[in-house]
Amino acid sequence: MSYVPHSDADRQEMLRAAGVSSEEELFADIPDKFRLREPLDLPSALSEWETVRTLGRLANESKHLLCFAGAGYYDHHTPAAVDHLIRRSEFYTAYTPYQAEVSQGTLQSIYEFQSMICELTGLDVANASMYDGASAMAEAALMADSIQRDRQKIVLSITANPHYRQVLDTYNLGLQLPVEIAPRTDGGVTDLERLKELVDDDTSAVIVQSPNFYGAIEDLEAAAGIAHDAGALFIAVVDPVSLALLKSPGACGADIAVAEGQPLGIPLSYGGPVLGLFAARGDYIRSMPGRIVGQTEDVDGRRGFVLTLQTREQHIRREKATSNICTNQGLIALAATIYMATVGKGGLRQVAETSAQVAHYAYDRIVAETDLEPLFPDAPFVREFALQTPGDARQLIEKGADRGILAGVALSRFPHIDVDDGLLVAFTEKRSKDDVDLLLEVLKEA
Amino acid sequence: MKEKNPKRTDSPLIFERSRPGRRGTAVPEPDVPTRPLEELLPKAMMRKEPPSLPEVSENEVVRHFTEISLMNHHVDRGFYPLGSCTMKYNPKVNEQTARLPGLADLHPFQPTSAVQGALRLMWELGEMLKEIVGMDEITLQPAAGAQGELVGALLFRAYHTAQGDPRKKIIIPDSAHGTNPATVRMAGYEVVTLKSNEEGRMDPGALESALGEDVAGVMLTNPNTLGKFESDVEEIARLVHEAGGLMYMDGANLNALIGVARPGDLGYDIVHLNLHKTFSTPHGGGGPGAGPVAVKEHLAPYLPLPILTRAGDGGYALDWERPESIGKVHGFWGNFGVLVRAYTYIRMLGRDGMRRTGMAAVLNNAYMSARLEGTYSLPYGRGMHESVFSGSFLKEHGVRTLDVAKRLLDFGVHAPTVYFPLIVPEAIMAEPTETETKDELDRFCEAMLQIAEEAKADPEFVKNAPYSTPVRRLDEALANRRPNVRYRPEGSD
Repeated sequence: MSYVPHSDADRQEMLRAAGVSSEEELFADIPDKFRLREPLDLPSALSEWETVRTLGRLANESKHLLCFAGAGYYDHHTPAAVDHLIRRSEFYTAYTPYQAEVSQGTLQSIYEFQSMICELTGLDVANASMYDGASAMAEAALMADSIQRDRQKIVLSITANPHYRQVLDTYNLGLQLPVEIAPRTDGGVTDLERLKELVDDDTSAVIVQSPNFYGAIEDLEAAAGIAHDAGALFIAVVDPVSLALLKSPGACGADIAVAEGQPLGIPLSYGGPVLGLFAARGDYIRSMPGRIVGQTEDVDGRRGFVLTLQTREQHIRREKATSNICTNQGLIALAATIYMATVGKGGLRQVAETSAQVAHYAYDRIVAETDLEPLFPDAPFVREFALQTPGDARQLIEKGADRGILAGVALSRFPHIDVDDGLLVAFTEKRSKDDVDLLLEVLKEA
Repeated sequence: MKEKNPKRTDSPLIFERSRPGRRGTAVPEPDVPTRPLEELLPKAMMRKEPPSLPEVSENEVVRHFTEISLMNHHVDRGFYPLGSCTMKYNPKVNEQTARLPGLADLHPFQPTSAVQGALRLMWELGEMLKEIVGMDEITLQPAAGAQGELVGALLFRAYHTAQGDPRKKIIIPDSAHGTNPATVRMAGYEVVTLKSNEEGRMDPGALESALGEDVAGVMLTNPNTLGKFESDVEEIARLVHEAGGLMYMDGANLNALIGVARPGDLGYDIVHLNLHKTFSTPHGGGGPGAGPVAVKEHLAPYLPLPILTRAGDGGYALDWERPESIGKVHGFWGNFGVLVRAYTYIRMLGRDGMRRTGMAAVLNNAYMSARLEGTYSLPYGRGMHESVFSGSFLKEHGVRTLDVAKRLLDFGVHAPTVYFPLIVPEAIMAEPTETETKDELDRFCEAMLQIAEEAKADPEFVKNAPYSTPVRRLDEALANRRPNVRYRPEGSD
C-alpha cells in the first residue's frame, strides 16, 4: 500500500512533461554512492485490516486499570462532543493558520481558547498553547530572564513537579542561569521564610506550584509578595481544574501562570499529546513565546482573527525570537476549548468539587481504616495527597495492578525530591464510593 | 430590499452564545458523604465566583464549532501546497488506531509491566525510523520539530562539553528555517549565517573558512529549503568532522529522501524527523506533532531521559540511569498518540510503499515545476520535493506574491508558503506531496497561470482578492497596533 495515486500512464505523462525519461533522473543531484540500491529493512506492507489487528494486539498487551494516579495527569471524563468535534477534518487536517482568510475556524477557536485561559488564570493574555506543562514552566523562566535583563537567578520551590524541574534544567543547559531551590516546611509546602532569604536583587523570577507536587495548596499570594518585594517576577504553576475552586494566580499576584492543560478533558494517551497553558500580565505580551491570535477587521469591516505580534516569533526574528516554538498543540488546545465550553462555568466547578469531595472522603477512610499515614497531615488539598509507605510504593502498585487497580504514583520514581518513599493518590469525578472501596482493599495490604 | 442570501455570515463567539444557567453536560455529583467545601479548603485561598466560562447547551457547542470549522481550508477538502510543511493526506485508519483502548487510556505512570504494548510500539517505531534514516539510536520524546532541534543543539553542547569545551558557534545557511537560528540561541550558541552559493547550496569553500575550534557544528536541512539536494554534503561532512564539529540535519524535508538516501549515510551525526510531515500524522491546525531525534552511536549517551530499552526476557523498560543525558524535554514520554499514527502509517506502507513515497513526491514536484516555470521564474531551478518560485515578474504590474497567494484562495486552493526562504525575492514555495493526483496538480497550475494573466490585465482585481472566502483581507496592522487577544465576559476579573 501507499497513498500514491498515480497510474502508470500518469507517471509516464508526468515524466515526459518534466523532460526526463525516468524517475531516477530526478535524483541526479544525489551522488551515486549514497543512493539506496536495496530496499530498506522494513516489514512488508499490511492491509488495513491486518494493521488494525496488529495495533489491536499491541493495545491488548497493556492493562486497563482503575486510575488513582495523578502527579500532574488526571483521569477526568471527556464529554462525547469533544472527540466528535476534533475529528472534523476541517480542524484536524488543517495546519497553522498562515492564510487567515481560509482559517477563521482555527483562529476563532484559538481566540476563544485564549479568552478561557485568561478567565481561569485571572491574567490578561494567553498564548495558543505550549507542548506541555513542563516546557511551559521552562519557557516562563526564560521569558522572565529576558524581561529582567539585569537579573539572572531563578528560585524554584522544591515542591514543584520534579519532572518540570528536569525539563527546566534541560532548557537551561545553554543559558546556564543559576537556579536555586527553596526548601519546604515539614508540612509539605514551600518554606516562605527560607524563600525570602533566597530571593535577592539578582533574582529574575520565583516559581511556586499550587497545588504542589504533593497535592498541597500553597500560599501563592505570600510567595508573590516575596518575589515582588525583591523586584522579581512571580511565576505560578497551577492546575486548571483546581482553579474552579481556588483563587486565580492573577488574583494572587502572579505575573505569569503556566499549567498542564491535560485535566481539561484530554485523554491520558500514555502522557501525550497534552498541552501547556501559558498566560501573563498584559505588559509582558511582547515577551511571550508562541502563537497569539488577535481580533481585527477585514476590508469590509467584518470581524475576523489573525496571528498577531508575530515579530516575537522565529520565522520573523530568527535568532532574536522569544522562543523557537512554532507548531504547538493546536488540536489539543481546541479539545480543551470544547471541553471548557461543554462543561461550562458550573460544570467545571462541579468537576472540581466532586473530585475534592471524593478525595477527602477517601483520605478520611484511609486514615481510619489502613495502617498508612498521610505524609503531610496538615496540608490542605483539592484532589490529590501523599501517603507514607513502608518502603517503596512500587511493590504496592504492582500488586494493585494485578487486581486491575492503579493505586497511585510511587514517589520513589522521581528525582530531586526529599522524600524517599511514599504514594501519591488522586481522585476525579469519575471515582465513586465503590471505587474507593477497591482502593482501600489494596492499601490495607500495604 | 430583498436579501438574496439572508443567512447569518459571521459567527458569534462561544461567549456571545452564553446564557446564565445553561448547561452542556451533566457532571457526576459525589456519591460519597460530603462536607461543606469551606471545611475542606482554606477560605482565604478560595475563589468567590467560578471562572466565567460560557454557559451553553451541548447542541450549541456542537453547532458553534461545526459552524466555525466550515471556515477552514483543510487537506480533506482540497490542495494544500504549503512548502516545507508536507501537507500530505492523513490516512483515516491512523485516527482509528490512535483511539484504541489500551493505547489511548494509559496513564503515563502506570508501571511498565502494565504498558508493555505501548512500549513495544515505541520500540518498533524507533527501530523502523532508525532504519529509514540510517542512524544508531533514537529518542521519541520531542513534541515537535522545533523541540527536536533544541534536543539536537543541546546534543552538540553535551558532546563537546564531554570533549572538554562546549564551543561557541553553530553554522547555518542563509536559507535555513527561522527555527534553526532561534534554536541555536536557546542552546546558548552564537549563530553564524553562511551565504548560499549561486546554486542555492552550501559552499564547501565558504564553510571551510568559517570553521574553527570554536564551531560546534553545522545545521543543514537536506534537501534544503529551496528543495535542492546539498550535493556537496560528503565534502561538507568531512570538513566539519575534521574541525571536530558535528553535522545536524533538520529533517523538515525528509519526504524527498524516503527510501532513496539516508541522512546517516550522508555523514550526518544527528537528524530530527517531523512525524507530522513525513509520516502522515495530521497537522491539527498547528499541532500536535512529534520530532524524534536519531543519532549516531557516539551521541547516544547524551539522548534525553528516559531511554527505552529491551530486556533479556523480551520485555521493555525505561532506563533512567544515563548520567551523561541532557535530561528531560517533555513532562512524560512525548506525544505518544502521534507515535501511534506514524507507526500505523509505516506498517501500512511497508518497505515498498515507503520507497514509492519519496519517488512520487519528487515526481509530483517535477511535473508541477515544469508546468509553471515558463511563467513563474525559478531563481535556483527546480527542487526535489518542492520548488521556490519568484513572483518578482509581477512587480511591474504592481502585484506582489502576497496578492497571488490571496487570489489562489478563491480557487479553493491553499496558498503555498510565501516570502520564505528569504534569499528568493517574492518567494512562492510550493510542495505538492506524493498524495496528489496529476489532475489536482493541473488544476493548481492552471489557477497559477490564470492569476498571472489576471495580474497583467487587471492588477487591481488581483490586489483586492480574495472575494469568495469567509472573510476578506484582514487588517494585520490593526491587530498589532491595538492587540485584542481575549474576550471579556461579564463578571470577568
